[in-house]
Amino acid sequence: MNLEEIEVALGRTRSKVEGWGMSTHSESVVRFPESVEDLKELFAAARKDGISVAFRGTGCSYGDASLNDRSLLIDLTRFNKIKSLDPATGVLVAESGVTLEQNWRQSVTQGYWPPVVSGTMYPTLGGLLSMNVHGKNNWKHGTIGEHVQSFRMLTIDGEELSCSPEENGEIFHAAIGGFGMLGCFTEVTLKLKKIYSGNIEVTAVGIRNLGHMIAWMDQHREDFDYLVGWIDCFTAGKSLGRGELHAARYVKEGADPDPKGTMRLSYQDLPSHIMGVFPKAWMWRFMKPIVNDFGMRALNAVKYHSSCRKQTRGAGHLQAHAAFNFLLDYVPDWKKAYLPGGLIQYQSFVPAEKARETHGHLIQLCHRSNLIPYLGVYKRHKPDPFLLTHAVDGFSFAMDFKVTAQNRGQLWDLCHRMDEVVLEAGGRFYFAKDATLESENAHRIWPAEDLQKFARLKQDLDPQALLQTNLSRRLFPEFQTQPSLVASEEG
Amino acid sequence: MTSKFKNALLIGASSGIGAALARCLAEDGTRVALVARREDQLEDVRRGITTAWGQDRARVYRTDVTDFDQAPALFQKIDEEMEGLDLVIYCAGVMTEGPEDEYDFAKDKLVVEVNLLGGMAWLDQAATRFEAKRSGAIVGIGSVAGDRGRRAYPNYHAAKAGFATYLESLRNRLSRHGVQVTTIKPGPIATPMTEGMGKQPLMRSAEEAAQKIHRAITKGKMTAYVPGIWFPIMFVIRSIPSILFRRMGI
Repeated sequence: MNLEEIEVALGRTRSKVEGWGMSTHSESVVRFPESVEDLKELFAAARKDGISVAFRGTGCSYGDASLNDRSLLIDLTRFNKIKSLDPATGVLVAESGVTLEQNWRQSVTQGYWPPVVSGTMYPTLGGLLSMNVHGKNNWKHGTIGEHVQSFRMLTIDGEELSCSPEENGEIFHAAIGGFGMLGCFTEVTLKLKKIYSGNIEVTAVGIRNLGHMIAWMDQHREDFDYLVGWIDCFTAGKSLGRGELHAARYVKEGADPDPKGTMRLSYQDLPSHIMGVFPKAWMWRFMKPIVNDFGMRALNAVKYHSSCRKQTRGAGHLQAHAAFNFLLDYVPDWKKAYLPGGLIQYQSFVPAEKARETHGHLIQLCHRSNLIPYLGVYKRHKPDPFLLTHAVDGFSFAMDFKVTAQNRGQLWDLCHRMDEVVLEAGGRFYFAKDATLESENAHRIWPAEDLQKFARLKQDLDPQALLQTNLSRRLFPEFQTQPSLVASEEG
Repeated sequence: MTSKFKNALLIGASSGIGAALARCLAEDGTRVALVARREDQLEDVRRGITTAWGQDRARVYRTDVTDFDQAPALFQKIDEEMEGLDLVIYCAGVMTEGPEDEYDFAKDKLVVEVNLLGGMAWLDQAATRFEAKRSGAIVGIGSVAGDRGRRAYPNYHAAKAGFATYLESLRNRLSRHGVQVTTIKPGPIATPMTEGMGKQPLMRSAEEAAQKIHRAITKGKMTAYVPGIWFPIMFVIRSIPSILFRRMGI
């Protein structure tokens, strides 16, 4: 069924939808169900007419994971009710469209913080599960999936499954990280982390190069709960991979003299103005003129030298959880400074012993192509029990590239060359970020039997192969077997 | 592989300056043998180095520097297993806390044993070996505290002064045999040892200190204050006559 026919069938006109990085776009009919019954109706319509369906929360995936070009996109942001939060156990039961922001705003005053958070507070729980999101504490506290006690998922056939590690365990471990291919999360039960202060203690370290970053992280990984490195990707030679590292640990019980005060929402709220005067919402407009090679080289150098001066000498400083965790939200809409072409983030996960060499090689490839990432972020990871996990016992390096009409082809070529280096090292990629990977390489990430197992589950739960996204069609065309869709894409 | 040194031994490398210095050396291509008392922390340092630069880059050996009798055999073993050391750094240090009117010999003894006698036990071994080889570098981490006896921590000041004098003697003995002896005099450095002291003037992180120490060792300096600003400061402080110094309350 083509888009015009879908518009007629569903009684809605098309909308333009884009990935978070604003470099991938689609035209879709978007529906906003508010209940499981609404979803069931939409699924029935999709089954009847063979319409492919994708799910979307707040659209925080950088690439095309929440896009479904020329078909139906189900926006779940109206599944936004927190059903319960047990103050004794910290178990949260919420609809899948509840955002991390809703979660922490509800829980922080009761002494609980989401156990794993992304760099922004806006993703929905359903999105977090679909991508099996990790945070700055991945090597220690795992991915979000490891804190999910259970979830409810509606299959395209209209059956609502209850899944936990014990009940439907196979589906539980495949749907988390299953990029929306097996069904729609409707409700999530998540165990939150008990906190004894609204602050965490942060230590900043100036980092000379990539080896120093890796060595420091691996030496201190038992001492801290969060580790995140910023990398200046413009430098080469002995300073290749220089940057700054932030290590943070939870404040112990009894150490905060005023835990109620620091766990207040007003204490956690990010300031809306810089120095109380300048509205942060305007900042991206001032950033725009410097989001180019020259400006970002200078900005990275200034940041490096100032971070060396500001590094922790003595005890760490205290910072609110929200301010430490949601750095991407510090400047609202900063991504608009990358317009008109938007940005992509290339994040690769490489086994620990090959990380320095491999990630160093990636920076060198960028230099050779004269396409330098404006931001680099480094993190430590560990494997997890989910079928299509992105995590390895190693390090990830996320690089933000500006996309322009002129560099797009060259940038995609560079990413494909980097794919080869990463895969050679036994590395992996992450669907929440990916925009450039090719199908053949996606199949090299996981053992064939794991992909077959996932495909079998998909066939069982979605026999018409209706659940698709731009990402799934790009990477796993074998999931796309519905004849009408193939025809419409070719047309 | 740009390092001046192939194989280094660091005594007291489980945290603070020693651990950070081990990373600096390893980063430059030097293989490091790490000696300390706290095995789990030592293992953390080793893991960091080997993850970043390969399994071959670091080895660990557990000992307590106050077990002086262990030093000769362990030094011999490390020298053999590392296939010939060319740099030995004594970084072990301890500082005890106590009120200004306290005189506690048990604490004095510990401070002298760790900061001075342990250094002699290990660096005597290095001196013997390097004198025979007619090459090598010996480094001792002293302190600005060794330059003057302040009211606080008399044991620490005495031990560091003794260590600096010991290193000077070694230098006077060994330089004619082609052996480099470097005395490092750091100001306050943020390490587990100084945690209880709170924020100090001109305090530096262990990472910053290690980088400067590494540079001084590579350049073959005889004495280096870390950071360098302590050189003029200590020059002035050393020049203050005792009659005034004792009234200054420092």
